[in-house]
Amino acid sequence: MDLPTSFLGWVSLIWENYSGMFLYGTLITLVIAISGTILGSLIGFVVGIVQGIPVESGSSTLRRVVVKILNIIISIYVEIFRGTPMMVQAVVVFYGSMQLFNLDMPPLAAGILVLSLNTGAYFAESVRGAITGIDPGQTEGAKAIGMTHFQTMLYVIIPQAFRTLIPQIGNAFVSAIKDTSVLNVITVSELYFAGRTACGVYFRYFETYFIIALIYLILTFVMSRLLKLLEKRMDGSRNYELLEEGEV
Amino acid sequence: MSGMPEKSGLEKSRPEKCVQRRDARETLRVEHLGKSFGSHEVLRDIDFQVMEGEVISIIGASGSGKSTLLRCINMLEEPSAGKIYYRGEALQNTPKKVSSYRAKVGMVFQSFNLFANMSALKNCMIGVEKVKKQSRQEAEELALQYLKKVGMGAYVKARPHQLSGGQRQRVAIARALAMKPDILLFDEPTSALDPEMVGEVLEVIKQLAREGLTMVIVTHEMAFAKEVSSRVVFMDKGVIEEEGTPDVIFEHPKSQRTKEFLGRFMNR
Repeated sequence: MDLPTSFLGWVSLIWENYSGMFLYGTLITLVIAISGTILGSLIGFVVGIVQGIPVESGSSTLRRVVVKILNIIISIYVEIFRGTPMMVQAVVVFYGSMQLFNLDMPPLAAGILVLSLNTGAYFAESVRGAITGIDPGQTEGAKAIGMTHFQTMLYVIIPQAFRTLIPQIGNAFVSAIKDTSVLNVITVSELYFAGRTACGVYFRYFETYFIIALIYLILTFVMSRLLKLLEKRMDGSRNYELLEEGEV
Repeated sequence: MSGMPEKSGLEKSRPEKCVQRRDARETLRVEHLGKSFGSHEVLRDIDFQVMEGEVISIIGASGSGKSTLLRCINMLEEPSAGKIYYRGEALQNTPKKVSSYRAKVGMVFQSFNLFANMSALKNCMIGVEKVKKQSRQEAEELALQYLKKVGMGAYVKARPHQLSGGQRQRVAIARALAMKPDILLFDEPTSALDPEMVGEVLEVIKQLAREGLTMVIVTHEMAFAKEVSSRVVFMDKGVIEEEGTPDVIFEHPKSQRTKEFLGRFMNR
């Protein structure tokens, strides 16, 4: 078999031989990035909401203590996950859970867990910012019709915060697609890992990773366009219908 | 108050309770209410009573504490001193008690505070549905009824940012009314409006006054206060300086400060 002599020749040869593996790697990357972003956003919302629980003079002692403890746990969590590289977190979680708890986590699950926790730690700060950024009049309007703090959060504040957070969820997702590549250290067969395997035969690193880079780029590009569209749709129509007197 | 006859034995043994309940028509009362922000005392020893069906206007210069009083009454600001009685019962300062109290004491704000993520209809439904736990259908009926009442029936689908100031304030009034409050508080309801929109909002409030809704209105609209109120309260430097019928306050004020304030206002 003749080996190609040109760059493009190598690219097409590698693609022919390994496209299946690359596409599988792409699928795994997307699965991790999507679940990591969704779970991470949820974690971020929960953390941001817990941090916003008010302790008023009329609150019970139990409430004060619980809120205090939750806030301490949150600070520790955020500090640890923002203060260490995700690659290190992946290794610590994957091998640590095995050694300490005898828990044989599949690499994929460990990868999703690490990415979620990581995204959540960063996203929590955004959620808190979005919540405090909402006009205090919204909270007052809700309180004034008798809503509790949690009803106010659920029906008024979170939906509005969510709207302002969509671009950031989008950015988190684009980052997540790229960040999944570090999970190859715990043998998750994502896109980067697929590239490493493909290099094992021909040792054509440049051509292989040129393809891999192209796939990453397509993924992130398509995603950011889709998010722009979603944002536009969320804004809703600028028009509204007037109803005739008879209709109402 | 339907429980009174059966309870009469109990009430006899606790005379102070009897005193508190002496008037069934009392909706709201504050006693010795005070509010300080740090060392700055905004309200001092306020005694204030609202009887059922009364329309009370609170007037006074900016910074006299009128809005703070209103915000203390529905606990948006926590009073530093004093007590609030709702239908003769002292209000307890726990989040639950305060929430259910607020559901009965409506509030209309200067800056409307409509929920930006909901249509006009949904704004008026959400409290009925989630706070009063009525069915969605009941909530929608009530919301429609009150939106029509304030002349906003055609705008049920509009979002707050699509409406003018006057329209927003009318939706905000409908939202408060849909909760069927025993008393409605207005915190300078027309101060954020363009002059040509003031009239449409005042007209709605006048209509409510004619129907006998109990209201407390903080306002700078003197002509309106004179026309609509059964009682006018003049506040100055954190205390109630003078109160009385519109005729007494506007035509024959006793206090020098009231005279000065009204003089400044009328001469503008």
